[in-house]
Amino acid sequence: MLRLIATRVLSTIPVMGVVALIVFFMLRLSGDPAAILAGDTASSEQVEKIRVSLGLTKPLYEQFFGWVVQLLRFDLGTSLFTGLPVTTLIAQRIEPTAMLALTTIIFSVCVAVPMGVLAAWKSGGWIDRLVMVICVLGFSVPVFVMGYFLIFNFAITLRWFPVQGYTSPFVDFGRFLTQITLPTITLSFIYVALIARITRASVIEVLGEDYIRTARAKGQVEAKVLFRHALKNAAVPIVTVIGLGVALLIGGVVVTESVYNIPGLGRLVVDAITRRDYPIIQGLILFFALIYIVLNLIIDIIYTLVDPRIRY
Amino acid sequence: MTAPAAAMPRERLTGLFPFLKRYPLVAIAGVVLGVIVLAAAFAPFMFTRDPTALTPLQRLRPSSELNWLGTDHLGRDVWSRLVYGARVSVMVGLAVAALSILLGLVIGLVAGYIRWLDALVMRIMDGLMAIPGILLAIALVSVSGASLATVIVAIMVPEIPRVVRLVRSVVLTVREEPYVEAAVSVGTPLPAILIRHILPNCIPPLIVQATYVCASAMLTEAILSFLGAGTPPTIPSWGNMVAEARLLFQIAPWNLLWPGIALAVTILAVNILGDGLRDRLDPKLAKRM
Repeated sequence: MLRLIATRVLSTIPVMGVVALIVFFMLRLSGDPAAILAGDTASSEQVEKIRVSLGLTKPLYEQFFGWVVQLLRFDLGTSLFTGLPVTTLIAQRIEPTAMLALTTIIFSVCVAVPMGVLAAWKSGGWIDRLVMVICVLGFSVPVFVMGYFLIFNFAITLRWFPVQGYTSPFVDFGRFLTQITLPTITLSFIYVALIARITRASVIEVLGEDYIRTARAKGQVEAKVLFRHALKNAAVPIVTVIGLGVALLIGGVVVTESVYNIPGLGRLVVDAITRRDYPIIQGLILFFALIYIVLNLIIDIIYTLVDPRIRY
Repeated sequence: MTAPAAAMPRERLTGLFPFLKRYPLVAIAGVVLGVIVLAAAFAPFMFTRDPTALTPLQRLRPSSELNWLGTDHLGRDVWSRLVYGARVSVMVGLAVAALSILLGLVIGLVAGYIRWLDALVMRIMDGLMAIPGILLAIALVSVSGASLATVIVAIMVPEIPRVVRLVRSVVLTVREEPYVEAAVSVGTPLPAILIRHILPNCIPPLIVQATYVCASAMLTEAILSFLGAGTPPTIPSWGNMVAEARLLFQIAPWNLLWPGIALAVTILAVNILGDGLRDRLDPKLAKRM
């Protein structure tokens, strides 16, 4: 068991290495990195200064390994606009994003899993068709369209929720809840579609198994058959998709924060785009990739601990 | 293999019409897409005017006989911008789908068949997949400057790994088939094996995948434009229209409504068409979804 977990942990190292390589060469393949970092208005002396200060005059492999050593010390570079370390900026902005991601994951799982189970139970019926329609819509309606639709109806017309903004739950929990509701629903839409579809498919598959027939034959209550016998055995693909879907979630966070004016990591990216603050974009890519890799690693390890059928 | 291969085309020809009758949604989606593509292609003849012409005296007007869908904050005709904007979405969707399928196919075929390359290529793909697609695209655009070509490349790169994985999984199952082993044993050269025996098996799932890539590319283009890292603002695109309209959302919500609806309807149609194709071409995948 320990050996399995250790192998899985070690297998993330090459993936992280490749991510670092991609990010490193992206800046260098597209021309002169010093000129890109300095921006359009920089003079040639400024560009030269950046080139020397970043060590761009050294050979490529030396640059790469120097940079990786920096990364291992949790140094993601310095923002060009504010002059602050990127890690400091991430630490300042992480709370709203983490909260939004957390509420979205909780909300999506609570809505999507029962939806998928119901659709599988009445597969072919009207509930099933309704769920499938919601899923296709979830994959088709852009996040910002959904966001403005909700703002227009529930914040401007009905005045049920505030239009924009964010309050920390540690400051005022009630305000936090009213402000986070619409962004959560907006961001959840595509995630719900993803989870509900997989839940439906894998529960349908499990419902054909012998032990489900046995459970029904012994007179087990149908709800228990569905949620205890079927859902439990269908869990692996569902949990996998929840982990893989985090990549979708990260893309959605950037847009949702921008629509609802939430000062999180997504806004940090958008501000960095308009200011062409490349170190921030680069640092956030590495940061989000790390979160994605670690999260999926944890999910895989939980499987090996919980499900005796899984072996690498 | 020869018997079902000979029987399949005939079954398909007679089966298409009943199929559309059984799934009317797919037929509707096809018609909607056809209309959008034609409107994009013949944009100058769709009762449009210059989509970039400014009329400062006619700003933020609601719909009228002259401006069917009203005007935006610079007095530009929203209907014209909507029709010309379809060009960007259609072009990005088709170009990204075609390019990522082509590149993914070549990489997947080679990686799936040549063992020693497999591990290396798949590690690179794992790394690419670990980077959230939208962020990767944002970084690529911000590094190489915004133009339609860089947007297409930036959206294509994150889509490639999924295509490679799909092709590779097909290759890995097909390469063990007796007819491939037979071809190897009579000394058929590698390129011929890949193209003649393995490639045809990849086509049906790839057609399905292409529609999904197309839908997701349109979505990503709109998001990139919305965030200001996409199609240059001088070109009318649906994402740009939303980005400009959001600032005056409370005063003129219809300017945001039209491009929003256009995006949702187009992507929805592509997705429905993809689901229909999947049920038709790839029953195994359809069962799993």
